[in-house]
Amino acid sequence: MILSYEIPLLLLLLVTAAGAILVKDLMSAVLLLGSYSFFLSLTWAWLGAVDVAFVEAVVGGGLGTVLFLLTLIGTAPKDTRLRRPPPSAITLIVFPLLGLLLLYAANDLPEFGDPNTPASAHISPTYLEQSYQDTHTPNVVTSVLMDYRSLDTMVETVVIFAAGIACALLLRRNA
Amino acid sequence: MIRPHDSIIVQTLGRFLIPVVQIFGLYVLFFGQYGPGGGFVGGVILGTGMILSVLIFGHDASRSQIAKKVLHGDGVGMLIYAGVGGLCMIGGGEFLNYANLEIPGLETASRRSLGIVLTQIGVAVDVAVTAISIVFSLSAEDIIEDSING
Repeated sequence: MILSYEIPLLLLLLVTAAGAILVKDLMSAVLLLGSYSFFLSLTWAWLGAVDVAFVEAVVGGGLGTVLFLLTLIGTAPKDTRLRRPPPSAITLIVFPLLGLLLLYAANDLPEFGDPNTPASAHISPTYLEQSYQDTHTPNVVTSVLMDYRSLDTMVETVVIFAAGIACALLLRRNA
Repeated sequence: MIRPHDSIIVQTLGRFLIPVVQIFGLYVLFFGQYGPGGGFVGGVILGTGMILSVLIFGHDASRSQIAKKVLHGDGVGMLIYAGVGGLCMIGGGEFLNYANLEIPGLETASRRSLGIVLTQIGVAVDVAVTAISIVFSLSAEDIIEDSING
């Protein structure tokens, strides 16, 4: 019953991700990456992380695609030709092993939505119970991000600021 | 350098769509306290509206209003955010402890709610300006040089 949503989403994610890597044309790769972001945002929404899904849809599906397309338009066609050497033997051996290791380690992860995990039992109940009295903000995600963890969010904003400055400095020609 | 789009369909749709996108961005920004959304997504949507206007009407159309000033505004969002933190320190508390915002007639929880709104506006301004400034950096060198050299 649960898997009837999970398996099609997982297949779509795998197909779009593999397509973005394997396709011959960079423009198609960019558009496939945008659709990959869209399916990823569906996955987040299905898992209950609506805020993350919103950001993924807007940034990954919208803004990121536009920036990639502008970069592609601004580059000469001879620079965007793909040279893709066949994968070496080490790659073919190591990466499946790494995937198996990750799957093996994922066995020890707690069940999704388990209320007894440290993540759900340590400080989350305090936030969920106190946040409305403390901040008059019904959305707990916002009150955690902007109030309880405000300094983290401020430094994230500094990162975005630095990214904008760095793009302006690096991409400015004739200087 | 992006020139205005030739197609009348694209231009008409753009005239209709851009205000809707901007209003939706403001809605997401201020609705973030009640549902999914918030400063980051609202700022990206506002920036995307401006990018859309640049892509449809070209650089020259928006040049006089936003293009030259927007690159100077890159620090305004940070200033709003850190300024709220500084006001909290002036109020006698820790950095970014909104309960210490000195506003008479507001209880502690409402002060923290107000602090959340103000910092979200700061994040939104920073993200929107960064998005549009990256697009300008990618597409128009001369505008940036005009802006920096005065």
